[in-house]
Amino acid sequence: MTALTLYLPLDSAAVALGADELADALVREADKRKLDLKIVRTGSRGMHWLEPLVEVEKDGKRIGYGPVDEGDTASLLDAVMGDGKHEKSVGAVEEIPFFKNQTRLIFGRCGVIDPLSVEDYEKHGGNAGLDKALKMDSAAICEEVFESGLRGRGGAGFPAGIKWRTVAGAEADQKYIVVNADEGDSGTFADRMIMEGDPFILIEGMTIAGVAVGATEGYIYLRSEYPVAARVLNDAIADARKAGLLGENVRGSGKAFDIEVFIGAGAYICGEETSLLNSLEGKRGEVRSKPPLPALEGLFGKPTLVHNVISLCSVPAILEKGAKFYRDYGMGKSTGTMPFQIAGNVKHGGLYETAFGLKLRELVEDIGGGTLNGRPVRAVQIGGPLGAYLSPRLFDLEMDYETMAANGAGVGHGGIVIYDDSVNLLEQARYAFEFCVEESCGKCTPCRVGSVRGVEIMDRIKEGVEHGKNVDVLEDLCELMVDGSLCAMGGMTPIPVQSAVKHFPEDFGIKPAKQAAE
Amino acid sequence: MTLASIIEPYVGKTGGLISALHAVQKEHGFLPEDTEAVAADVFNLTRAEVKGVISFYHDFKRAPQGETVVRVCAAEACQATGGRALVAALEKKFALKMGDTSASKDLTLEPVYCLGLCSCAPSAMVGDRLVARANADKIGAVVEKTKKERAS
Repeated sequence: MTALTLYLPLDSAAVALGADELADALVREADKRKLDLKIVRTGSRGMHWLEPLVEVEKDGKRIGYGPVDEGDTASLLDAVMGDGKHEKSVGAVEEIPFFKNQTRLIFGRCGVIDPLSVEDYEKHGGNAGLDKALKMDSAAICEEVFESGLRGRGGAGFPAGIKWRTVAGAEADQKYIVVNADEGDSGTFADRMIMEGDPFILIEGMTIAGVAVGATEGYIYLRSEYPVAARVLNDAIADARKAGLLGENVRGSGKAFDIEVFIGAGAYICGEETSLLNSLEGKRGEVRSKPPLPALEGLFGKPTLVHNVISLCSVPAILEKGAKFYRDYGMGKSTGTMPFQIAGNVKHGGLYETAFGLKLRELVEDIGGGTLNGRPVRAVQIGGPLGAYLSPRLFDLEMDYETMAANGAGVGHGGIVIYDDSVNLLEQARYAFEFCVEESCGKCTPCRVGSVRGVEIMDRIKEGVEHGKNVDVLEDLCELMVDGSLCAMGGMTPIPVQSAVKHFPEDFGIKPAKQAAE
Repeated sequence: MTLASIIEPYVGKTGGLISALHAVQKEHGFLPEDTEAVAADVFNLTRAEVKGVISFYHDFKRAPQGETVVRVCAAEACQATGGRALVAALEKKFALKMGDTSASKDLTLEPVYCLGLCSCAPSAMVGDRLVARANADKIGAVVEKTKKERAS
């Protein structure tokens, strides 16, 4: 019997585009041909317009075919067993410009290896960072992270090293590592992709963090909308325990660390760290006042290092290759790489990991290829529901924390949602308030009530009721929400609203002239 | 299984109450009325505390859902690719409003805020099946397929 190995993603995006049905169809077709077919379910390469993307290894290169559907199974098997020619061939996957031009320090294995094979993981450089960390003392690991310049990738961009030092320096009988995998921002899916495609990198990053700050227990707070990630993570954790990567004696070091996955229950606010901690304690996900900082009084009042998935997945490379290596990527105070997620109405949507500092235009036009339907791009929203709407006039801005902040925007979690010229920014601004009504935890008034008032004001502006007055009230309301809200939910909802008004005044019935006078 | 026997294993676990409520819902499809009282008793909490948790999270349902639940993404990336029109088309197709369950209890239509499929939007989830590049016909076909599988 002839044998054949094909690679096909188990990634949710591929599955949502028919990868599971395709796998079944391929097996049926192979049986018919008495072909010994092995399908390795990998993560996704992040070129989602090609999903489901089937790959086969030829002369040391992975050749891709996509998007493949059930109807292609017979011709695809003919091709891969023959001369390789097929109308859906995309050639060597790693030579596709979208892929080739990336710098993958985090996603290097994603889409390549079997995500549930410790052996594959280590063959591709996995655990090298952990092995180094296990030979270092706590302070030295924290220094390495500090020196790398790594900043939290969840949205706030706080220097990771400072958090690590704080937790490491706190005296307590128990400390925790908590991973914020409540990736609720629309336009983002990097956390999902890495958890589905290379879960051991998160386990490695968490373990290094545990060793560094003296925590023995780690939790991954995962949103319930990610069932595939839940399955992969739980399997990976079980495998890691068997392989001695987790447990009482991590890799024979004498140090203990273990991880549990906790499934949330559908609440956007739980992506806010203090709300997440309350939820992880089994309570309502209401935000807590800060101080105390979670680094000193976090989960169950104990020192807790709370990090986004991508922050922790950046750590293995920093330990393996050193702070300097990492710091050399990026620009200014935005060091290292960021997995940008190109989404919405886009031709080439997907994940693009690269050093900070490239221009927004490159991401939207060159890499993303403009809109899917070919209409002109009118707006992009960067960084999720609490991120700014920008017009193409600002596409020459560089994507780094400082440049974005200086322009009233933020990198956030690296998601970019592209809109064509049919978008109405008043509707989008109204939605920002509506979303806040839906998802506010209710603890503070500016957010809970302000968002409801916001929707009402938008409706009045739309209908032209006392238009000028309501535009002024909108400004007042936004100022109040920014100044008075407890957390980023209420405090940042005005960002999409005010950026929409500023850059697209015509959608609000405001004359651009008035805008210029401001 | 009684409610108490579903809930008890989660006592003492981190975030146990939320995991217990997930378990009850998995078994019953929603949280039966007694859940509040039983969970309060088992976890040694007040009923108000348990009710507070149940009412806080979108996932927890206090009434039976349709046999097939269609969750349509209502967030920005899906809006950018015709998500609002998709919602309208589905409301028409199934003669249901978002958030409602059909009288025959065979279908629930509800919004979800992001499935992480933003690069191939709009997206939806039918039961536990993910659908990307969704349209009303594609979702309708998956609903039919899901119904057929349940019948067989």
